[in-house]
Amino acid sequence: MQVTINGQQREVLDGMTLVQMVDSLGLIGMPMVAEVNGEIVPREAWGTFVLPSGARIELVRFVGGG
Amino acid sequence: MSWQPPALPPGALARLAAARVLILGLGGLGGHVALLLVRSGVGQLVLVDGDRVEASNLSRQPYFSSQVGWWKTEAMATLLRQIRPHIGLTLVPRYAAPADLPSLAQGCGCVVEAVDGAETKAGLVEAALREGYAVVSASGIGGLGGTLAVRRLGRLVVVGDETTPCAGGTPPLAPRVTAAAALQADAALAFILQPPEGQWAGDQHKRAGQCG
Repeated sequence: MQVTINGQQREVLDGMTLVQMVDSLGLIGMPMVAEVNGEIVPREAWGTFVLPSGARIELVRFVGGG
Repeated sequence: MSWQPPALPPGALARLAAARVLILGLGGLGGHVALLLVRSGVGQLVLVDGDRVEASNLSRQPYFSSQVGWWKTEAMATLLRQIRPHIGLTLVPRYAAPADLPSLAQGCGCVVEAVDGAETKAGLVEAALREGYAVVSASGIGGLGGTLAVRRLGRLVVVGDETTPCAGGTPPLAPRVTAAAALQADAALAFILQPPEGQWAGDQHKRAGQCG
């Protein structure tokens, strides 16, 4: 199925969870906030959150500095 | 001589005066954000930082050598009151954790994330978004040169490229950190004066007459 990640269309497996998608991008373990279709998905729910077809996913990465 | 508000319509000034903004972290980002919001007419700030001013901060943070050793909350309050003596301030001299967010942000229309650590940033931003607040964050503001990205996602604005940490070969430098802070303050003012469509915590608080 198709999803959009940070504005870019990608083909992912049906039934993929958010954490699997983040892993497939090589971003697992990085401090991030994830929004799917405009709704924040809490970090602890990434493992069970199945991406809907056509999902618009925004991943915001955090690096240090303030 | 006293502070005079910026050239905005009376309704906008009233909105700013009624607004309460939570600033998490008072370093090079949050310290400058606080100064800019107070100059612009925001009525109340909640300032959260568990650090004291250190000599090493003076290269980019808006403090003075006479303030080394002070709590940053106290040092910042002193500076802000030199601009507007009667500004409404709530000082919280400790480090913010995501679990504290609901109580810290009570009555605020906008949350500014300006802490140092990446994990803490992510936790605070997630907590604030879950609580329904408009959030202005910064990530990836190290080094110098090039443009500063601003990413807008509904109730979240992120300043920086989300990639370049303030570390190693890209240390935090005053011009870029201050520029990022100014973009954060601009985004916070926009949330107060031009709130995005849909339901968010700022609307609920406005209805309660608490802030803008």
